[in-house]
Order: sequence, then C-alpha cells, then structure tokens
Amino acid sequence: MFRRRSAIPGFGLTLGITLTLLSVVVLIPLSAVALKAAGIGWDGFVAAGFSERAMRAYRLSFGAAFAAAAINGVFGMITAWALVRYQFPGKTVLNALVDLPFALPTAVAGIALVTLYQPGNLLGVWLDALHIKAAFNFTGVTIALTFIGLPFVVRTLEPIMRDLAADVEEAAASLGASRWQTVMRVVLPSLGPAWLTGFALAFARGVGEYGSVIFIAGNLPFKTEIAPLLIVIQLEQYEYGAAASIAVVMLLVSFAMLFVINAIQAYARRLAA
Amino acid sequence: MTISIRQVEKSFGRYPALGGVSLEIKDGELLALLGPSGSGKTTLLRAIAGLEFPDKGQIAFDAQDVTFAGAAERGVGFVFQQYALFKHMTVARNVAFGLDVRKGKAKPSKAAIAARVEELLNLVELGGLGKRYPSQLSGGQRQRVALARALAVNPRVLLLDEPFGALDATVRKSLRKELRRIHDATGVTTIFVTHDQEEALELADRVAILNHGVIEQVGTPAEVHDAPASPFVCGFVGEANRFEGEVSGGVFRAGGIGVAAPGVADGKAVAFVRPHEFVIAPAGFGAHIQRVTLQGPLAHVEAVTSDGIRLQIVASRADAANYAAGATANLTVRAAHVYPA
Repeated sequence: MFRRRSAIPGFGLTLGITLTLLSVVVLIPLSAVALKAAGIGWDGFVAAGFSERAMRAYRLSFGAAFAAAAINGVFGMITAWALVRYQFPGKTVLNALVDLPFALPTAVAGIALVTLYQPGNLLGVWLDALHIKAAFNFTGVTIALTFIGLPFVVRTLEPIMRDLAADVEEAAASLGASRWQTVMRVVLPSLGPAWLTGFALAFARGVGEYGSVIFIAGNLPFKTEIAPLLIVIQLEQYEYGAAASIAVVMLLVSFAMLFVINAIQAYARRLAA
Repeated sequence: MTISIRQVEKSFGRYPALGGVSLEIKDGELLALLGPSGSGKTTLLRAIAGLEFPDKGQIAFDAQDVTFAGAAERGVGFVFQQYALFKHMTVARNVAFGLDVRKGKAKPSKAAIAARVEELLNLVELGGLGKRYPSQLSGGQRQRVALARALAVNPRVLLLDEPFGALDATVRKSLRKELRRIHDATGVTTIFVTHDQEEALELADRVAILNHGVIEQVGTPAEVHDAPASPFVCGFVGEANRFEGEVSGGVFRAGGIGVAAPGVADGKAVAFVRPHEFVIAPAGFGAHIQRVTLQGPLAHVEAVTSDGIRLQIVASRADAANYAAGATANLTVRAAHVYPA
C-alpha cells in the first residue's frame, strides 16, 4: 500500500500542504512558462531558445556559476574548517560576515564589487599592474557569483564537520597515518555528500543570480551577457515567447544538473548511513 | 613488550584525572583497567596510546621512553568504544588502512596487503565480508572489524577502550571469549578498559582497579576478589553487603551481626560480607526473609535483620529450603573483610 499505518502523525496534512504550496508557488508558474514558450511553436522555441546569442549567454551563466561554485567549494571548505575547528578572536564577527551575502540586497553587492574591481579603482589598480581584468568579463561574473555562493558551502559543511567524530581521526593517527593522510583519506571523503550539496546550492544560486552580476558583467551581447539578463531584455521588448523559451532551456539544464547531483548524493549517503 | 608507567599525572583544567599512577604491564599479558566512570582509566589508556599526554611522569615501552611520542609513532592498536570505522571505506579497506598509509619500502605490496586483510578477517571470523561497508554490519561485527584493523599493523600493544560497552549482553559475552581467543592466538600485550567488573574478572590475567585517578590494587582476578586491598575494591569487585559497626577485641559487631576481624584495631569499622558467606546457624542472629528468587543453581535471598539492616544472601539450591519468604531464619557470617572506618 502507498500509505503505511504509522504512529508518526501528520502524513496526510504535511504532504497535502507541501503539494498545494509546491503547486501554487513552483509547479503552476513553471508550467505557465512552458506554455508561454509553447505558444510560439517548436520552430520559434528553437530559434529563440537556441539562438547564437542565447547559447553564449548560457555558456557564460553556467560556466561562471560552475567556476564560482568550484572556488567556493575550496575556500568555503577552508572557511568552515576554520570556524568549526578553532577558537580565535573575532570569530563571531567572521561568522556573521559569512552570512552577509544572504542578507545583502544583491544590487548593493554588485555596486560594491564593481567599485573595487573596475580598472583604475582600489583593487583594480593592482590587477591592472598584473594585466588581469576582473570586471566586465567572465572573471568579473565569476567574482560576483563567488560572493553570493560562499555561505551555501560554508553553512552546509559546518554541521557535518562539527559532527565528525574525533575518534575516527584518532583511529587514523593510531594506525600510523600522517596528519595530511588523515585529512585526505578520512576527513575529506566523509564530507563528500555535504560538500556536493553545498556545491549544488551555490551553483544553482549562481545560475539564477541577476542583481549583483549585471553591474560587474558589462552586459555586452554575445560577450558578457548572462542568461537571466537576456530574459529580462526579451521581456522589455515584449518578446514573451522568446523570454519563456530561454527560461525553459535554463530550467531543463538546471533541473538535469541538480537531479544528477542529488542522485550522486543519494548513492553516497547510502554508503555512509 | 613490557610497558612501564611511572608516576603519571594528568589533569584537565582544574579537574585531576590521574594522580600519580605507576603500573608495570608484562609482555604478552591481558590486563584490565577497571574502575567507575571518572576514575581515570580511559585517560590512562589514552596516555599509553599517545592520544593524551601526561603532565608529569613517564611511560616507557621496553626501555624506550615514549611519554611524548605521537600515536602514529608508537605502534599501538587502538579499539574505540564506538568502533570509529571509516564509513566511506569497505571493511577490507578499513582493515588495510594502517598498511596502506605506509610509505616507500615500509609499504607492503598490494598482494601482501590483501593476504593480510584476508588472514585478519578470518581471525575475527568475518571471512567473505570484506566488500561490505560498515553500515551493512551489526554492532558486534563492526567491533570485530575495528579489532582486525588495529591488529593489521602488528601493534606492539593492543589497547581497547570499553570495547564491548555499546553492544548488547549476548554479543558482549561472545565477543569477550573471542578477544581472549585472539589474544591467546596472537600473544600481543593487551590492555582494555572497562567499568564492568564481571568482564574484567572473566577476561583478564590481571586487573588494575582505579578510583579517583589512583590505582587501588593490581592483582589477578582471584586476588582482587578474595583479598581486596581497600574498602573501595571490596565494594566494587564482586557483590558485597556493607555493614557499618564497631570492632572490639578482634570481633566486628553491627546490630546482632558479629564476625571475626583479626588484626583490626578497636573502633569504628566497615565490614563487607559476600552474599555466599551467610550460613544457617541456630545460635545466629534472626533475619526476616522477604523474597527468594531462584536463578539456575543458586537461590538469591533478600532479608532484613531485626535492626533493620538489609541483607543480600546467595545460597545453593539445596539450601534454598531453609529460606522461606515470610519466615525468619537464624544466620551467622562465615567470613568478612573488615576495614577501620
């Protein structure tokens, strides 16, 4: 039977509310997008959703989101480690700073970043000297997405790191493993599933990010135009069908990637249970 | 290998965990560190392992001073109460870990490691389960894996911290016998920590009893049970009735109960009487029998004297007829351990 008898209360109620809410706020709007895209026909959908300009925008959005999530994967892990493992002055402040990207209006972040990294400004001067351009290109987009994605990795890893039993590391040490071997072979592998969750969240957030990126991206069509911006541009030109087509492509790609990541996680979790 | 512990002290903040412990562990011996929680037994074991470092004193393996050597350098095998297995590795990879992390010439060939893993899994009777993950094993099986993993590196000493603490009673008993068998097969010097006196007495060659960070007595199970060195040991090891009374002229008295206490000075005293040391005697003190339960060859009797002192008595089934619930029996005490209070 689909529903087993159980002493745990609330199955019908919670599932009912979940499905209703999911339908109203997620599924129905998304299907409306798909319907809108279908409105311009298959040829229209392909022309709008797979145009040269759209393809470049996808590459930038997904590429920069992936790069940013990867950077956060490394530095977010180090940050989480420092926050969980050590006591140091200013820890509370640092802890609060990590969450700032969650709370800050993304436009503020975008303006702050462009002020810093623009050629001739603060950090920009130093980067100019190194012949690195960190605004109005792929690097700039990646910087913005790294900023907004950091807390996702840190906050998903923290509880798992805290729960890592000290005796496992002591066991590795007593078996003759060096500190490096203990970290590489015992600690990091057991963080795998949580790390992947953090990576996926940061990546998904990056793909959908709009506010902070448009300030630092430069927004040149075919060059530094992110996919969400392209959707907005289409909307401003009353090309609802084209906008919806791009949205559908992004939706499908994002869903496919998150689905694969979840499948990997489910597999890893089964081993770790 | 012999282990010498000399005047080891250790405190955590202001809380003293070990207050000057000295102990010699003989080569090939199976020694139990027995004590209540907070007695410092685990701290002592971890200091021997190199997972904790003494504030004062010295620890030597044979003639080599290892007081401040790290765990990785000591060549010890450590088994944790909660198994501490590597969850993301198969059973075989877990057991191989200690050999896998060796570098250069010290690292055995793949085939040699595989053979060693096979041999150890057979030793702990887990042959054929090498491809499983720890999550697919029962608690008892996980602890066997932990044991095999600790033995894989041919440790100079095997250390076990409450190894059976997380297991249910049946598994605990069978794993106890298993540990004894494995110890006899490998001959490795073994120290285990337990708060379960039955476990310590059954398994160990010698038992060291700790209380409040000091060793109260070290001896064979028979010695600590039959000749306890202190009131604490007497109360902690084996069952005992505790009576507070007075010694006068070599005789201990508490209410109607009297028992010989040779060599104990006159004055207030505490007597410990094992439950099997009560016998029926017409001239003895009277005790009201409250409850009789039969367990295998023994009868457990709960009684109370006319002075209101509660007694726990163990009699053989043959004697059980003398104890009837509700009736009064006349008893005397055959022997007791008496200590000045």
